Amino acid sequence: MTAERAKSRYSAMLRIRASEEALQKLFADGRIPGFVHLSIGQEAVAVGVSSCLRDADTVSSNHRGHGHTLAKGVELEPFFAEILGRETGLCRGRGGSMHVADFSKGMLGANGIVGAGLPITTGSALALKLLGKGDIAVVYFGDGALAQGLVHECINLSALWSLPVMFVCENNGWSEFSPTSRQMATSLRKLADAFGVEYRAVDGNRVSEVAATAETLVAGMRKAPAPAILECATTRVRGHFEGDRQDYRTASEIQSLPARDPLSLARAEMQVEGVPPDWFDEVAKQIAVEVNNAVAKALTAPPPIDADLAAGVYAGMGSK
Amino acid sequence: MSTQPPEAAASARELTYAEAIREGLEQAMEADSRVFLFGEDVGVYGGAFGVSGDLVHRFGAERVIDTPISELGMAGAAVGAAITGMRPVLEIQFSDFITLAMEQIVNQAAKIRFMFGGKATVPMVVRLPGGSGTGAAAQHSQSLEAWFAHVPGLKVVQPSTPHDAKGMLLAAIDDPNPVLIFEHKLLYKTKGPVPEEAYRVPIGKAAVRRAGEDVTIVASSIMAIKAAAAAERLAAEGVSAEVIDLRSIRPIDLETIAASVRKTHRLLIVYEGVKTMGVGAEIAAMIAESDAFDYLDAPILRLGGADAPLPYNPVLEKAAVPQEDDIVAAALRLARGEA
Repeated sequence: MTAERAKSRYSAMLRIRASEEALQKLFADGRIPGFVHLSIGQEAVAVGVSSCLRDADTVSSNHRGHGHTLAKGVELEPFFAEILGRETGLCRGRGGSMHVADFSKGMLGANGIVGAGLPITTGSALALKLLGKGDIAVVYFGDGALAQGLVHECINLSALWSLPVMFVCENNGWSEFSPTSRQMATSLRKLADAFGVEYRAVDGNRVSEVAATAETLVAGMRKAPAPAILECATTRVRGHFEGDRQDYRTASEIQSLPARDPLSLARAEMQVEGVPPDWFDEVAKQIAVEVNNAVAKALTAPPPIDADLAAGVYAGMGSK
Repeated sequence: MSTQPPEAAASARELTYAEAIREGLEQAMEADSRVFLFGEDVGVYGGAFGVSGDLVHRFGAERVIDTPISELGMAGAAVGAAITGMRPVLEIQFSDFITLAMEQIVNQAAKIRFMFGGKATVPMVVRLPGGSGTGAAAQHSQSLEAWFAHVPGLKVVQPSTPHDAKGMLLAAIDDPNPVLIFEHKLLYKTKGPVPEEAYRVPIGKAAVRRAGEDVTIVASSIMAIKAAAAAERLAAEGVSAEVIDLRSIRPIDLETIAASVRKTHRLLIVYEGVKTMGVGAEIAAMIAESDAFDYLDAPILRLGGADAPLPYNPVLEKAAVPQEDDIVAAALRLARGEA
């Protein structure tokens, strides 16, 4: 059972990694009409957290949201089609990388505004609490969001109203092009303490650790709605966006990244548990085929039609 | 012709504008468990302007929710609740405070449906007490509706009568899109006929409050009331004014305005928001771009708020927004060919 879960999490992480690498290549080849922020190095957070969630639980994300989206169960082909700007995309090519969403999977959207997912998730948690089915809401944000006022507003609201929301901070040390240490005078741990909200810190690159801690928090929230903060120390392997020169990073930081690779760390743990090397080779082959097929199909998908531009701005009275 | 919409004429019962909104909220909450009201002091205190009144006692603190002073968080919470299946109604205590919530209204609520390829709806309502005339000075008196009318994805309405205040609120709650309702603070105590049943006033339809032949006066919110009063005085001067109450500024009912202009050949637009880059500029441009332009016998005139923050002193405050005398004077100039 434990081995099966570990395998499933490893596959999910590898699917994200392979997808991000495919996007990296598509971007380099000039096939992506906008810009992309890749989550390579942060896969364990999305997968560890999502492994504790069900479809009705909602997640909201940020500009680096591909991993969160795929981990929530969103399919590869419409995901790639969206980032390629195609009609068959998740959002019919209207949203792109920063706005991937799939409400049928509880994925309420990546977001282009730093911190903006927090109040949306707070409201989603309010709705879930009122609906009373034990579902919970999760928001992923980076340490770069901590200086935004709405982070404080939302932790306060969630604590005041005992909302079932898990605030997941992916702390990669970077606020876009600057170290967060130069931008934030306090820490999330101290903020959690100030608002009386349960706080856990984990190694965000060890998926088993993220999953175990998230599981405990989520189980508690389903029983008795209350917010929790999960801070995950992680690594942003790529630049802020693809094309970022990254001349603000030191060689020693970059050299330290491979030892923290979430896939390698998971594989080492699993091998100790007895998962044979063959299994890793096999899953790598399967996922490569899956991703290649999805990319190939998305690349042949039609673009949106210009004449439809204004059609999706308003919902008609019959909608929902 | 009556200055009330025909659908209101059947009811003799009168309510204030604030009472009409409260009745609309009550009926919506009774009919649909997804509807809830939240905002600063809307519960125990009953709302800064008394609009929610005793609703918390009827529906409990879970559905009439007092919030902290946290406008951005609340606006976002409305978005999140709406996309998770609820029908939130958010009260922003003074419409000026919506400036703190711009990000969630403009970047999220307005865009989610489009950005997500038409696969999401954001059925939320924001109620915004606005307008001048209470001595509340520059940060509690503005009319910011034009800001939001500039944003595709939002609907923006400004009811001027108790009848429309209730009917447009109920229409807004039914609407699958985010709707901002700018309520004028000076209108809360005004009375008018309000049917007891839950009825809807469609969003996007202007109301012809008075038929006329010589000049069209298009006005919104409290200016529609002032324009109707001005039209009475103009009649005594021998000028027949047609008064159109805009009611909705996004979507805007250009057809009703153009039809009137084709009839009267003269157009005066009156609104309380700052005149420059405002609702009047849009209406004037729409008429100029339409076939109604050929019917104009005089320049289009606008009366709007001054290019200044709202002042505290009552004399200055009155001078900063159009008054009944200004409307009469402008309409006379138009009708007499002096414009």
